[in-house]
Amino acid sequence: MTYPCFRFLPTCRFLPASLWAALIIPISLFSPAAPASTHEFILGNGLRLIVKEDHRSPVVISQIWYKAGSIDEVNGRTGVAHVLEHMMFKGTKKVPGGEFSRLIAAAGGRENAFTGQDYTAYFQQLHKSRLPLAMELESDRMRNLVLTEEEFSKEIKVVMEERRLRTDDQARSLVHETLMATSYQSHPYRHPVIGWMNDLQNMTVEDARQWYERWYAPNNAVLVVVGDVVPRQVFDLARKYYGQIKKAKSILPLDQRKPQIEPKQLGIKRLTVKAPAQLPYVAMAYHAPSLRKPEKDWEPYALEMLAGVLDGNESARLNKVLVREQRVASAAGASYDSTARGPAAFYLDGTPSEGKTVVDVEAALRAEIERLVREGVTEEELARVKAQVVAGHVFQLDSMFFQAMQIGQLESIGLSYRDVDIILRKLQAVTPEQVRDVAKKYLKDDNLTIAVLDPQPLEQKAPAAVPAGLRH
Amino acid sequence: MLRHLFFLLLGFYSQWAYATLPIQHWQAASGARVYFIESRDLPILDVSVDFSAGSSTDTPDKSGRAGMALHLVNLGAGGLTEDQLTKGFADVGAQLGAHFDQDRAGITLRTLSSARERNRALELFGKVIQHPEFPEYVLEREKARVIAGLKEADTKPGNIADRSLMKMLYGTHPYGLRGSGEIESVSKLGRQDLIDFHRFLYTSGDAVVSIMGDVSRDEAAAIAESLTRDLSRERRGQSIPEVTPPAPDTQRIAHPATQSHIQLAYPGLKRDDPDYFPLIVGNHILGGGGFTSRLMEEIRQKRGLAYSVHSSFTPLKEEGPFEIALQTQKEQSEEALSITRKVLADFIAGGPTEKELIEAKKNIIGSFPLRIDSNKKILGYLAMIGFYDLPLTYLNDYVKAVSKVTISQVTQAFQRRINPSGMVTVVVGLPDTSGK
Repeated sequence: MTYPCFRFLPTCRFLPASLWAALIIPISLFSPAAPASTHEFILGNGLRLIVKEDHRSPVVISQIWYKAGSIDEVNGRTGVAHVLEHMMFKGTKKVPGGEFSRLIAAAGGRENAFTGQDYTAYFQQLHKSRLPLAMELESDRMRNLVLTEEEFSKEIKVVMEERRLRTDDQARSLVHETLMATSYQSHPYRHPVIGWMNDLQNMTVEDARQWYERWYAPNNAVLVVVGDVVPRQVFDLARKYYGQIKKAKSILPLDQRKPQIEPKQLGIKRLTVKAPAQLPYVAMAYHAPSLRKPEKDWEPYALEMLAGVLDGNESARLNKVLVREQRVASAAGASYDSTARGPAAFYLDGTPSEGKTVVDVEAALRAEIERLVREGVTEEELARVKAQVVAGHVFQLDSMFFQAMQIGQLESIGLSYRDVDIILRKLQAVTPEQVRDVAKKYLKDDNLTIAVLDPQPLEQKAPAAVPAGLRH
Repeated sequence: MLRHLFFLLLGFYSQWAYATLPIQHWQAASGARVYFIESRDLPILDVSVDFSAGSSTDTPDKSGRAGMALHLVNLGAGGLTEDQLTKGFADVGAQLGAHFDQDRAGITLRTLSSARERNRALELFGKVIQHPEFPEYVLEREKARVIAGLKEADTKPGNIADRSLMKMLYGTHPYGLRGSGEIESVSKLGRQDLIDFHRFLYTSGDAVVSIMGDVSRDEAAAIAESLTRDLSRERRGQSIPEVTPPAPDTQRIAHPATQSHIQLAYPGLKRDDPDYFPLIVGNHILGGGGFTSRLMEEIRQKRGLAYSVHSSFTPLKEEGPFEIALQTQKEQSEEALSITRKVLADFIAGGPTEKELIEAKKNIIGSFPLRIDSNKKILGYLAMIGFYDLPLTYLNDYVKAVSKVTISQVTQAFQRRINPSGMVTVVVGLPDTSGK
């Protein structure tokens, strides 16, 4: 009966419930995979290929990650990265219409795609013998997509329905969207991945085409293959299918794109969202650094451990104190993900219990932060979080999907899959003093945006008369 | 080139040799049935312990009892407080999980297989399964949290639709009870209800222990024993009444959301249903097969009416629901509903085409290795096979049975089992014409 702690999920083309559950697990530093059997290659056209062997089952997952997400969008065209992701299934000259999906399905495969703030990724999971088919189809649509007005006009409606479903009709999603839009005043993370509705209503097939032509090229992509494969053979396949695609000269590498550094926040920001709901809710975001130099940085690791101490397990502080002891909240959470191309944030949230208010919950959350800064954390608490890091690292090896996700995420934000070992080691080395130091440095009011959900009753105007003949 | 590939695929799936999962099965001295696969690839141990203690064991006045009992097992057990238990699991990096539906309540453990971590996690796990204490103060607190959650859920269009649909579909049958209970029934649950419930239904005679991973058979046997030996040995053999067809009806419920949530249902499949495979394969074509299904094609691909539309069977001991669900802008909800009904009616009247059937089989059979490519997925199958007493060769039989399904079997099974004009339907969120 716990509410999921809020996270900003990548927006997907289509996601069965099972996969949602999978994505809700934080794909952050808490469960790195060992790169022992991982191999990297680079094609002449700049395409990076990372192959990780996992021979437990005769299957493979192939993911292509493009370094283009909502962070690369500009005003008036928000949501275009995600719209293009949908359009990528609309066919090429060689593989028209929905033939891509039919071919993968007939090969016993599963496929999907997702768009995040920092990247857009497409994947197929299938029997290892079908990897050539996945590569043939995926490489074909890297350059040969056919974008038509007719298909666009239907698909943009699907995307608007997705926005209604995921955001407009979800009180807490609206809170998070508004929180981000307020916390960042200039950085593009202020825009939702799905895009603002008005931008979607005014988007054209030409916007999608420009996006595609600008970002979809081998030198802006990373191909990640995990499964029961021989790395050299995968490389040969990649050369065969992707090798002849020309690199795009105009694409800027990540470190040459505009940095768009967020101006320093000058004081606390507060906002209220009114939406139909029963329970009030409060969410807080503090600006925090993301991981840049895995070997040198220490603050992001300390912030990860801080989130673990607050909310890394059932016995962690927020659940123990706010939910169980004080009973001020029916749920409370903390989260931080250090892996991002742009800046990171440290989040706290809570739902007041019956008879309590968002003011009480905010006060209780702040009291926990003050206690952290005043008293620090114990060795015992930190050891507990570290035990989970170690176990999570092993547990992740059970899922090829997560192994591929982790490699792709790191690679597409400018880090390397090789950093996983460093990250694991550095997390283990975090001290109680470091946790206290980052709490003191970053969890302060001038850095904070607080969003409150003001629940509105479900009043509704009289429903329309039911059309005759539709009632059974 | 691709066309060529496509035709080569036709005979493809038949060449695959599916190794039978090496399931070992025995009965523990406690009476529990044990299902075990030894796998040394990863230093992980996964365990699931399942009981016939799902939401269908509730009654209207005790609705929510089964779910509450499961929710509370790890919040005070065997002389340890919730804090001691949750710290204990966290200290060794172990993860507790749960499975809960109309038939079943299952508790899962994932731990490292190294001796220190494993022994500690299993020791705590044994307390949670066999000696939960349901402390009064925990129950009061969790009741308040559940009730808050129910109040919230009752404002969400998807939840309102689910709940109305299940009431219409099942009436007074226990499958119509909401797993989390109702505000009134949950508020009346007492500690003794949960103690009695656990004593009565969490018995070793009914327990299924599934073990997957890095232990030997002897170790697995000792684990199964230690997790169930303190339970009552009774075999309750819970019986669930038969499901009868619902009174056809369409409910329309107002809601301020921008979209309508549209859901249709009819009684569907039993776990041991003779029509199991024709209906599963047929549903793949109708609306279960993702982007290649008829509903997806007509609702989303051709008309852009919805982001998600699908149909599903949920097989249970008795007939679980057959459901279709979609969400669309309110203004077009009647259009979407009538297209959905037409797709369903056409499918039932005409059945699938030869091409559709071949492609569905290729996907279901060809994707089979993906269903068992991790310890966690395999554990889920072990628990399911054990709980429903399916043959150990179930997964192999599944592939063979799918390959044998014919067009006329699909057509006849749907015509016999799903009455398109007898469906129950709910639309939450109605077009607003009051201002027009």
